[in-house]
Amino acid sequence: MRHGKYPFVVGFLFLPVTLYVTFVIWPYAQAFQISMTNWRGLSAPQWVGFDNYRRLLDDGAFWKAVQHHGVLLLALPLITIAIALFFAFLLNVGGKSSGGQRQGVWGAKFYRVVFFFPQVLAVAIIAVLFQMVYRPNESGLINGVLMKFGLEPILFLIKPNLALWSIIAVLVWQAVGFYVVLFSAGMASIPGEIYEAAEMDGATKVTLFFRVTLPLLWDTLQVAWVYLGIAAFDAFAIVAVLSVDGGGPDGATTVLAMEIYRNAFVYSKYGYASAMGVALFFLTLTFAALTLRLTKRESVEY
Amino acid sequence: MSITPEHPAALDRRTVLRRAAAVGMLATPAIGLLSACATSSGGDKDSEKAAEGTKSEKNPLGVKEDAPIEVIIFNGGYGEKYATDVHEPLYKKAFPKAEIKHQSTQAVSTVLQPRFASGNPPEFVNNSGEKLIDFGSLVADGQLQDLTELWDAPSVDDPAKKVRDTVVPGTVEAGSFNGKPYVLYYVSTVFGIWYSAKLFKDNGWAPAKTWDDFIKLLTAIKAKGITPYGYAGANAAYYQWNVILTQAAKIGGTDVLKNIDNLEDGAWKQDAVKQAATAWAEVGAKFSDKSFEGLKHTDVQLRQNQYKVALYPSGDWLEGEQKKDTPAGFDYQLMPVPSLTASDKLPATALRATAGEGYFVSAKSKNPKGGLEYMRQMLSKEGAKGFTEVVKAPTVVTAGSEGFAFPPGVASSQAALKAAGQDVFNLYFDGWYKELDTEARSATNELMFGRINADAFVERIQKRADAIKKDSSVAKFKR
Repeated sequence: MRHGKYPFVVGFLFLPVTLYVTFVIWPYAQAFQISMTNWRGLSAPQWVGFDNYRRLLDDGAFWKAVQHHGVLLLALPLITIAIALFFAFLLNVGGKSSGGQRQGVWGAKFYRVVFFFPQVLAVAIIAVLFQMVYRPNESGLINGVLMKFGLEPILFLIKPNLALWSIIAVLVWQAVGFYVVLFSAGMASIPGEIYEAAEMDGATKVTLFFRVTLPLLWDTLQVAWVYLGIAAFDAFAIVAVLSVDGGGPDGATTVLAMEIYRNAFVYSKYGYASAMGVALFFLTLTFAALTLRLTKRESVEY
Repeated sequence: MSITPEHPAALDRRTVLRRAAAVGMLATPAIGLLSACATSSGGDKDSEKAAEGTKSEKNPLGVKEDAPIEVIIFNGGYGEKYATDVHEPLYKKAFPKAEIKHQSTQAVSTVLQPRFASGNPPEFVNNSGEKLIDFGSLVADGQLQDLTELWDAPSVDDPAKKVRDTVVPGTVEAGSFNGKPYVLYYVSTVFGIWYSAKLFKDNGWAPAKTWDDFIKLLTAIKAKGITPYGYAGANAAYYQWNVILTQAAKIGGTDVLKNIDNLEDGAWKQDAVKQAATAWAEVGAKFSDKSFEGLKHTDVQLRQNQYKVALYPSGDWLEGEQKKDTPAGFDYQLMPVPSLTASDKLPATALRATAGEGYFVSAKSKNPKGGLEYMRQMLSKEGAKGFTEVVKAPTVVTAGSEGFAFPPGVASSQAALKAAGQDVFNLYFDGWYKELDTEARSATNELMFGRINADAFVERIQKRADAIKKDSSVAKFKR
């Protein structure tokens, strides 16, 4: 049946590959090239070799941003996955079993829709929304209530050691819904008999979760981890719109994309910004490769 | 990954997931690629000759009569009506055969950066707003037309007078880089501290001239339950470094600012800067509100309109910007930054004033002469008057606002400017070195909201200034 297979495949691939090369691969290659120049975005760039990379080494803002990515990389996947797993478990297998079928908690269908809401909103809208939530005075959603009770307002985005966590909270809030759905789908494909059998052996809900659900969800979890890790390398829109003074106070919430944006579009240092972009590229690549390697583990067949 | 699996089963779930992850991974650093649009065609188009006509008395710059001209206007606080209703008709009247292409935008760099990169910039640009293109980079890349020819051309209204003699002193310098004029700053701008005449009258307060009076005033306002002083930390910290540096110039004379602009060694550590920072840090600690660091300028300005904030530092565009929110009878008034000590080098009336709102002509456009002529028309009496009537702001053209009744705020800032006489100064470092501006903003928030003291404030900005001075990739300017 191999007859005529290759022309067919080539015909199919030609257009998408051309598009991919033009709009993805080629700009990537250009970013590498621009990172070796002092391009200001206006006239022809000049070659400066590795100058931009050398400059990265003692750029305080760059290292601060890398540090924040470290925090994000740990906190964002951990918190999001934990919350999403908990919710997904409740929605799918957390309730009573009827007729041998595991059920979600009461109202699970309703919650499923509600959890997905943040996913439907544009990121910029979420950021503006949380500007209102975090506002430091009486017109803020949280502080308005606190101040009604005569309490001091919490300076969410202003206190340097609180600001980054306020941003992380928004990222988690936004991401959880999607992962609830993802994990729900994973759980739905776990055969009911396994739960039934485990229950007959006297397993509690906690045991069910750790001994049955979690191992059988391993592949899905792994993907979630990689996706969230990649999201942790981004976070640009939320930081740009929500944080004080563009990644402030004093760089306390800045991320690489924010610094790239600032260098390119405020300082007109496109070459240097591209060097940061290349650094980000390798960071992301390393992370994804490491994750896939470290989490390699036989998945359970059923 | 181009291997097609022989058996569909070989493409197991794990492989699919891994590939999906790889694709997702490639999508992330996309922001880095925003800058990766074509660079190759970068503006080497000297072969194409710029349009030129014959010079005459009516056409001193030698504009080609039928050459089209493209006008880009920043559609911000001043809108675009002044261009479409006043300046463009004036140009059209002078050159009826010329076609004018008008475009307005709120994001100048987004629209124009690709045009410059592809070597096809528009003739005339109003480079302003949050997304302006860094002037320093434009100059360093030779994108801006030298305006000497314009300033030396005879003015529209009186051919015996050069254009440079029809504008307020300092206008040409404000738009000069290393002594060469490249930018036309058109709107006369006065900086100071603003208050409501009504609020002050109702409470029997008076604007302060000395520091002691100022502190007394702030104390009295605080006693009344109103936040005495505030600026917006979230996006307008430069309103406050402007106050601190104005204070420093008053203490130590205008050379303090000149040293800062010229990146002289230890410029930020001058005693005057330190004294000013110390004084204002105290105002921040005692008479402001911590929550303002998280607010945008519009929020704080609104609070002032609601009589919740008494004093707010800004330029005289404030009144026009707040027109919609200002209650009747609010009556904006300007008070110059008060003197700190009796031994200040400059008097209490001294203030920072400059020409604001930048316009340039692209050197590499098709019709740069047309751009210069457009500026000459803007600087005519009729052009200036029309602008003032539309946007209610004074221009740099001396005769432009004759007989025009300004609203109370601008009237008060014009009066303050007159009272200041020769003691008017300006600073340039923020336009020349954007990175230094960013650092000064961060440091100002740190200082005013009590996380660092004045010593640390000058220390850290100085460090950044030194780094910029050493950085060979940054174009340097002097005045």
